[in-house]
Amino acid sequence: MDIVQLLIILPIVTLLGMIVAKKELHIKSVALAGSSLQLILAIILTTLYVQMRQAGAIAPYLFQSSYVWFAPLKIYFTSGIDGISLVMILMTALVVLSGVLVSWKINKQVKEFFFLLILLSLSAYGFFMTTNLFAMFFFLELAVIPKFLLIGMWGSGRKEYSSMKLALMLMAGSALVFLGMIGLFYESGMQSWDIQDIARLNIPIATQRVLYLLLFTGFGVFTAMFPFHTWAPDGHSSAPTAASMFLAGISMKLGGYGCLRVATYLLPGAAQELSWIFIILASIAIIYGAFATMMQKDLKYMNAYSSVSHVGFIILGIAMLTKVAITGAVMQMVSHGIMTALFFAAIGMIYDRAHTRQANELGGMLKQIPFIGAAFIVSGLTSLGLPGFSGFVSEMTIFVGSWEHAGIFYRVATILAAASIVVTAVYILRAVGFAIWGSITNKEFLKLKDATWSERTATVLLVLGILLIGLAPFLFVRLIDMDTTTIYQKLISGVLVH
Amino acid sequence: MDNVLLFRFEIVIAVLILALLVMSLRDFNTKVTAFLGTMNILLLVNFLAGWLPMATGSYFSGFFRTTDLIVFEKNILNLGILLISLTSYQWLKQSEHRLEFYFLMLSSIMGVFVMLSSGHILMLYLGVEMSTIPIAAMSNFNLNEKRSSEAGLKLILSSAFSTGIMLFGISLLYGAVGNLSFDSVIANLHPDMLTIFAFTFILAGFAFKMSIVPFHLWTADVYEGSPIAVTNFLSVISKGSVVFVFLTILYHLFGGLKEEWLYAISILSILSMTIGNLFAMRQQNAKRFLAFSSISQVGFVLVGVAGASVMGSTSVVYFILIYLLSNIAAFGVISAMADTTGSESLQSFKGLYKSNPFYALFMVVALFSLAGVPPVAGFFGKLFLLTSGMNSKLYVLLGFAGANLVLSLYNYLRVVKYMFIDEAIETIPPMKRNRQLTIALVVCTIGLLAIGFIPELYQYISQICTM
Repeated sequence: MDIVQLLIILPIVTLLGMIVAKKELHIKSVALAGSSLQLILAIILTTLYVQMRQAGAIAPYLFQSSYVWFAPLKIYFTSGIDGISLVMILMTALVVLSGVLVSWKINKQVKEFFFLLILLSLSAYGFFMTTNLFAMFFFLELAVIPKFLLIGMWGSGRKEYSSMKLALMLMAGSALVFLGMIGLFYESGMQSWDIQDIARLNIPIATQRVLYLLLFTGFGVFTAMFPFHTWAPDGHSSAPTAASMFLAGISMKLGGYGCLRVATYLLPGAAQELSWIFIILASIAIIYGAFATMMQKDLKYMNAYSSVSHVGFIILGIAMLTKVAITGAVMQMVSHGIMTALFFAAIGMIYDRAHTRQANELGGMLKQIPFIGAAFIVSGLTSLGLPGFSGFVSEMTIFVGSWEHAGIFYRVATILAAASIVVTAVYILRAVGFAIWGSITNKEFLKLKDATWSERTATVLLVLGILLIGLAPFLFVRLIDMDTTTIYQKLISGVLVH
Repeated sequence: MDNVLLFRFEIVIAVLILALLVMSLRDFNTKVTAFLGTMNILLLVNFLAGWLPMATGSYFSGFFRTTDLIVFEKNILNLGILLISLTSYQWLKQSEHRLEFYFLMLSSIMGVFVMLSSGHILMLYLGVEMSTIPIAAMSNFNLNEKRSSEAGLKLILSSAFSTGIMLFGISLLYGAVGNLSFDSVIANLHPDMLTIFAFTFILAGFAFKMSIVPFHLWTADVYEGSPIAVTNFLSVISKGSVVFVFLTILYHLFGGLKEEWLYAISILSILSMTIGNLFAMRQQNAKRFLAFSSISQVGFVLVGVAGASVMGSTSVVYFILIYLLSNIAAFGVISAMADTTGSESLQSFKGLYKSNPFYALFMVVALFSLAGVPPVAGFFGKLFLLTSGMNSKLYVLLGFAGANLVLSLYNYLRVVKYMFIDEAIETIPPMKRNRQLTIALVVCTIGLLAIGFIPELYQYISQICTM
């Protein structure tokens, strides 16, 4: 067994522990212990990875191992990590732990709630660590039903509608992904589902076009790419806080990671030809998401729509196909994952106390609950891309990468994307002004109590993550540099494959 | 002696039927608990005996044959009747005709076995008839209920109709080939008009049995009218066995017409998946819901069949095993619900998780398996069918299959929503646990959760399909 496999085993052991545990506190403690160990493991893994790279390891994936799953169908559980999957795993571990901490107050069907949360984390780790397309698909789908149940059973508002819509749209996305993946398998002569093997194939350009559109669109649905984003605002706003953190923080990244790792990397010829489609969609998403956010009064809807805008940057970065833009897209995945988790956590904390999420009904939160108010402000500032926070470096990297394309089309897309920052600043500052600054509008709010220990811990963890990327982005760039280079080189050489 | 051992499965079933006769002479069936206990033990022994090493080969000039694959298929069906017997315990306990139920069920399975082992079309026809007629009697089991009689009559009429069509096809085939043994049909088959006509009629006959759209019209009414145990048998054993035979018919007997049947199968598959799913959306009765669900499932099976390769038959056999466990579990919970609340409506499942969490969990595993959601076995089953479908490059078919995965998810999630998210209309009292049902449900659930992680099973099926 390799150390990477512990990322799968740990959540499974945690799940088993929760099944056995009887008392609520025990269940929560098992979940907390499990998710803390996950974060520790992810940090250890990063250290080992860096050491191995520094010692000269040049294999595309480290800690590789492979177990036979369905031998006649060439399905193996192959695991291995590179810099890109590593940062995604780190981000997942951070969001999972904060999600568990933020949910500490949950008292309805505790066992089921934490069970589903940890199951979601299992699916994310599995997805990021495997290089076998079938296994990847298994984990991608594994995440759908827990989301459905989390929203349906613990959600609020139009939870039934939202949960069903989310499950069906994601399932439709995954059906496209699967069709694309069987296509890749077929192209390998039905001999391999492995990313590394398929990357070596010379797939005819006509086939590439079809598979690229299937796969990018399929994964795009998971990323809430325009016009398949409609599950996101409903799903996010109806979900309980931790589920929103997962949905926006981790689940949307499964799609982004798939767009990059599967669609773009494996089908470089088609990517060169057709990525303009997704540049257009991403540009629309960025602008539309930003304006739609301006119209929202409900803080959760606001963050959900702003997520649509922010993940548009991810798609834009990937579709621009330059090394810098791809690096930016990976950084944006991590940055948005942490930032949006913090945003949802802060909104959840406010809602738990004030029982409203309407920005105009709130006010003066910073005076009454300063810690939560500060968390809200930090996430808002990250969202609008203030230097020093993670959003700035990732978005800036994408813009720089996009600007490398000299064509007018690319320039317009980049300018549009950059212009959205102004709109973002408007809605973020307005929300902060309404909800956080000012005097207390409702006398009931005078009774509110600030964050509990678990909420504080979660917030501190997430803020540290944001600051780490914001202040020392070179750490992340160093981690992912080699792999974005590999992807870029494949993209350049892919043009020749006709 | 070795040759006689080729019939081991049939002999054991014949002995069981004789044992039933002896029991009826001694009025043993009136001692309800002892009788049902004995029957379950006998069926368990029958199932376990199936795994003993088995001679393979053919007998009666090739009329009867046994291969490792056929043995495996019979074992799956033996497991099925054991589980159905266990899930129907409560109902059989109350029924006056429990002996007749077993008698008919075993007679039908005898027909199924004959059908599976046939190496000659007449033997096949005999098997099909032998397996169908007892089921028609079984559907009419609730003698006092009008809908049960209606179900029996519908099944008799539709099966007579399908038999007629099939027989007509067989006679045309005889005209085209001049001999009905499988070997000579395979050797003398040419894609001329007469043969294609013959094939079309035989295909239609089988399509009736498998309730493939547009030959499905009897299904929902018969499923609804029959007692749950019989519906279960119909949906699992009857359908599963015909699918097994259908593989032989298509891949071996009519392998030479592959170009022709590939498109026919694709169209039937698309129709079954889509119409099954669309109609399932409107159903409120749990049995009718599962009837349309089974119609759409058979559509998915046909995607695998269209793969026309070893991977195709492996995926189909693998899927049928999973489908058997999923459906038996679902029907098991429905029968427990019907026993407790007297209702077979899907609405009555509202809030089930709060009142009866265990049954809701069993049901949810079964439904997720039918929907093809990981980590439950149905996920692997369905995806392997689709993967094998890629083999024939039928991209449109795969596209429809992908869309139908979403439609079917909606159907099953609707029931999951009832159980987990919605509030109960009337609080469901805690269901009486009966040991037999619980054992069956646990076996099905463990099977469904484990099969995806026991790759050796798929490997074994692939191996015996290759031979």
